[in-house]
Amino acid sequence: MDVAPASLWRKINTRYNLVGNTCKNCNTSYFPQRVVCRNCGRKSKLEERKFSGNGTIFSFTRIMVPPDAFREDAPYTIGLIKLDEGPMVEGHIIDNCAEIKIGGKVKTVFRRMQTEDKEDLIRYQYKFEPL
Amino acid sequence: MGYGVYVPIYRIRVEEIAKVWNEDAEGIKTSLNIVEKSVQDKDEDAATIAVQAARRAVSHAGIDAREIGAVYVGSESHPYAVKPTATIVKEAIGTGNRVMAADLEFACKAGTAGMQMVMGLIDSNMIKYGMTVGSDTAQGRPGDALEYTAGAGGAAFILGKGGSGNIAEILKTVSFTSDTPDFWRKEGASFPSHGGRFTGEPGYFNHTISATKMLFEETGFKPSDFDYAVFHQPNGRFPTNVAKQLGFTSEQIKNGLITPMIGNTYSGASLIGLAATLDVAMPGQKILVTSFGSGAGSDSFAIEVTENIEARRGSLVPVRDIISKNKTYVDYSIYLKHKKAIKKE
Ligand SMILES: [Zn+2]
Repeated sequence: MDVAPASLWRKINTRYNLVGNTCKNCNTSYFPQRVVCRNCGRKSKLEERKFSGNGTIFSFTRIMVPPDAFREDAPYTIGLIKLDEGPMVEGHIIDNCAEIKIGGKVKTVFRRMQTEDKEDLIRYQYKFEPL
Repeated sequence: MGYGVYVPIYRIRVEEIAKVWNEDAEGIKTSLNIVEKSVQDKDEDAATIAVQAARRAVSHAGIDAREIGAVYVGSESHPYAVKPTATIVKEAIGTGNRVMAADLEFACKAGTAGMQMVMGLIDSNMIKYGMTVGSDTAQGRPGDALEYTAGAGGAAFILGKGGSGNIAEILKTVSFTSDTPDFWRKEGASFPSHGGRFTGEPGYFNHTISATKMLFEETGFKPSDFDYAVFHQPNGRFPTNVAKQLGFTSEQIKNGLITPMIGNTYSGASLIGLAATLDVAMPGQKILVTSFGSGAGSDSFAIEVTENIEARRGSLVPVRDIISKNKTYVDYSIYLKHKKAIKKE
C-alpha cells in the first residue's frame, strides 16, 4: 500500500511526539488538534501542547485477523487510552509481557507503525506500553 | 552531559540457536563467552532504538533539546539506504530545525566516531550541545557463527561544555585506522560476510591494541591509571583477551562487559559498555574506552568522571537493570519472525 509523503510529513510532529492542543480559556486538551474549542467556540484560545505520553487504558481489543498493513504484527492489541492531560487517544498497545487491563497505566514508546512494501516510506509513531 | 541506553526486551539463548543447527551450545557459550542475546520486537529497528535511547539521554542530561546543535547516528542497520535516521531522531527528541545531522556507518564504531565529531564541534564553539547515537539491529546469517552474537540495542550520549552539568570529561581521543577487509556487507545484501579467522588478529586485536597504545603514548597514561576499561565486544571473549594483552585486569573491564548478556549490539556496544561503567563510576575515576569497527579502525578515549556524577544519577535506570529486568525469551521461530526472516508474500 502507498504511504503518501505529504500526508506522512504533515503528521510527523503529532505522531512522533503526541502533540495536540489545549484551550487556554477552559483548560480542555485535544488530540488530535482541534481548530475550535468545543466548550468555548469563538472565545477559544488554542495552543499546541506536547502531551506527557502517560495515560490509562479505557478499553482494548485483541486483533487476530489484521488489515493488510498490519499483517506481520497480528495478533496485536489496540486500545483507547485516556491521557493524563484528558484527551482519549486510540493506539496500539505493545506486548511487553506486562498485563494489559482496563485501568492499567501506560506510557508511549516509539515504534514502526505498519508493514510497508519494500519501496514505501516507513511510518514511525507512538504506541503505548503497559507499565 | 547525559546518556541513555535502550535494549529490546526479547532474548534468545545460545542453546535455542545451537539446537536448530545441531551445534554444541556449551562449547559455544565457553568459546564466545556469551549466554544469550537481545532480539528486537517486530516493530523495532535501528531508528526506534535510537529514539528510545536518545529520549532517555535528553532526560538524563536535563537540558532543553532545542539547544542540541548536532545529531549523529551511527549504525550498520539504518532502516533506509537513502534517508537519514538522524532526522527521525532529531524530530522525535524535538531539537528544532537549526541542527547539523547525518548518519554514520563504520561497522561497530560509528557511535564513537560520532562522539569525536561532536567533540570537535563543541571545542570550536560551533554548537553548545551535540548528540551521538550508536544503534543497531545486527544481522547474522542463519547458521553463521555471528548468529549467536548479533544483538539489538543502542546508546545515546549528549556532549557539551556543561560546567556543573558535566558528569565526565573526555581528556583525549585518538584513532587508528587502516583499510582491512575483515567484515563487509554490500548494498542489497541481507547479511554481512566476514573473513572467518582473518577477522580477529589483523582486525579487532591489531586496531584495538594500536589505538590504545597510541593513546598511552600521547597522554603518558598506563593501564593502572584507569579504574575501568571498556573495549568493543563482538563477543565476550575478544575484549577479555585484548584487555589481558594490554595489561588490564578482569576487574577493570567487568562493569563494561555487557555483550555476554545481550550479544553484540554493533554500533551500540562500546557506548552501552561506557554507559554501564558510568552507572557505577565515582568522582575522579578514569575510564578507558576503545571501540572497534571492521574495515577497520579503533577510537580510543581517556575519560575522567567529575564530582557531579552522583547527584545526576537521580531517576536514571542503570544499564544492568535495563537489561536484566523485564526480559522475555523467544524460541527460534519467533526469533525469525522478529527478524523479519519469514516473509508472507
Ligand atoms: Zn475552551
